[in-house]
Amino acid sequence: MTHLNELTLAEARDGLKAKDFSATDLAKAHLSAIEAARGLNAYLLETPERALQMAEVSDAKIASGEARPLEGLPLGVKDLFCTHGVITTAGSKILEGFQPHYESAVTHNLWRDGAVMLGKLNLDEFAMGSSNETSAYGDVVSPWRRAGSDTKLVPGGSSGGSAAAVAAHLCLGATATDTGGSIRQPAAFTGTVGIKPTYGRCSRWGTVAYASSLDQAGPIARTVRDCAILLGSMSGADARDTTCADLAVPDFEAAVARGVKGLTIGIPKEYRVEGMSAEIQALWDKGAAMLKDAGATIREISLPHTRYALPAYYIVAPAEASSNLARYDGVRYGLRVPGKDIAGMYENTRAAGFGREVKRRIMIGTYVLSAGYYDAYYVRAQKIRTLIKRDFEEAYASGIDAILTPATPSAAFGIGEKGSGDPVEMYLQDVFTITVNMAGLPGISVPAGLDAQGLPLGLQLIGRPFDEETLFAAAQVIETAAGRTRLPTAWWA
Amino acid sequence: MSVDATTVRRIAHLARIAVSDEEVAPLQGELNAILAFVEQLSEVDVEGVEPMTSVTPMAMKKRTDVVTDGGHARDIVFNAPETEDHYFLVPKVVE
Repeated sequence: MTHLNELTLAEARDGLKAKDFSATDLAKAHLSAIEAARGLNAYLLETPERALQMAEVSDAKIASGEARPLEGLPLGVKDLFCTHGVITTAGSKILEGFQPHYESAVTHNLWRDGAVMLGKLNLDEFAMGSSNETSAYGDVVSPWRRAGSDTKLVPGGSSGGSAAAVAAHLCLGATATDTGGSIRQPAAFTGTVGIKPTYGRCSRWGTVAYASSLDQAGPIARTVRDCAILLGSMSGADARDTTCADLAVPDFEAAVARGVKGLTIGIPKEYRVEGMSAEIQALWDKGAAMLKDAGATIREISLPHTRYALPAYYIVAPAEASSNLARYDGVRYGLRVPGKDIAGMYENTRAAGFGREVKRRIMIGTYVLSAGYYDAYYVRAQKIRTLIKRDFEEAYASGIDAILTPATPSAAFGIGEKGSGDPVEMYLQDVFTITVNMAGLPGISVPAGLDAQGLPLGLQLIGRPFDEETLFAAAQVIETAAGRTRLPTAWWA
Repeated sequence: MSVDATTVRRIAHLARIAVSDEEVAPLQGELNAILAFVEQLSEVDVEGVEPMTSVTPMAMKKRTDVVTDGGHARDIVFNAPETEDHYFLVPKVVE
């Protein structure tokens, strides 16, 4: 028999409904799997008492016929979402011990719908990173290993704890956030599915801010359907976030079975970047063939400003971060380190509380916003962002329904292998995902095969604004054609 | 453009991050690597292009200018390192 934690979220939902097992059984199966997997460092905080309490409520609701949409389904929460009374660190020392007295809109929606919280998941500090190596609380180890090797690999980042926990069956699904690829890249690295919805689909209220014009929450789960179910609960209008769209939430799950017959899928030639590996190219061609076989038309398109998205991001995102992270001043919450005066206190607190990557990005942001450089850097980058968005608008206006690209330039790499000397080496991880954030579009990453070393590779589909439904439909076609990725057996337990 | 050691110290001060003497040289190298990377943006023709101000076309939400929430002083100071009577305490600023 399959262990309960190895079910998909949809299967677990059906099993609870059929009373094959209880929400308490399901929670306990996860809690013991989590305990056995502490070596992966995916959870920063386990909340077993809360999980069992919530499961008990769910069992009562199921018994009385009042089950809510996610009743009794155990989830992990990226430690960037504030959770009432449960410590929230953003992976940073500066927020060590921070106990929010409010609940983020996204997690509130999940609990409203009956989901069960298992704990808080590790991440890159303030979501700044692509390998989960910048967390102040240690690296996350991927459940994946290269064939015949025990080298520790990264799960990707910044939602590395979320992706690792989902791939290792330590939750049925997890919340994550994506500013430049932080949902889609770790999903691709771990053989899981992740969607960054359109900017404004999920409320940002109560989620620790990195770069506010780019940040967006979304789920990571083991199947396309599971992602659709979770996004349906996470989304929705919220007056407390002025950039959250006042739109009704579609029935995402219903869209999963829609198919792609009659759709036109664009293949952007600019994504065929210099030095792309033959494996990634072959995977991309295979994905296009799968969609074609299912009735879609494939058409080459041009997105001419693609190559400028990554450098423009490294102006816009640090600029917004330098402003957002000014709040960590040792006065209102978190760490305080004394100084000779108030400025000295600020400087010592921030020097001790922030890690290297965060300091780097704050300083770049401070520089590009400083007097004399604002027009040359920030305004220019925002103009280029307009051009990037226009490229997509023109493609969609020409009849393209969705765009297919690789999710990452390679499979997962080893811990400590990248970016130690030159930070830009790590930044290049997001070359295929970052355009989507710059244009505010939805993007989904779906597993499509393994590389020569047995590691998962993902494809990305990019959609029109607020058309996540087409992405779920097309991603399901790829998931069905490629077959669901066989996740690693628990070598860590 | 690139930054020298003096500029690194000036940016660090503007960002209110203390940097030690040993940290300046590595930071300078890392910041210059990022600045060299973004330099390619100067080749893009942005003549007549409006800078992006909103990623999705939407009107700014407005509401009536009235008090909608409040009375949470205890919650607000709960996580502060030093407080007194629902005030945040900071080192002396004015003599």
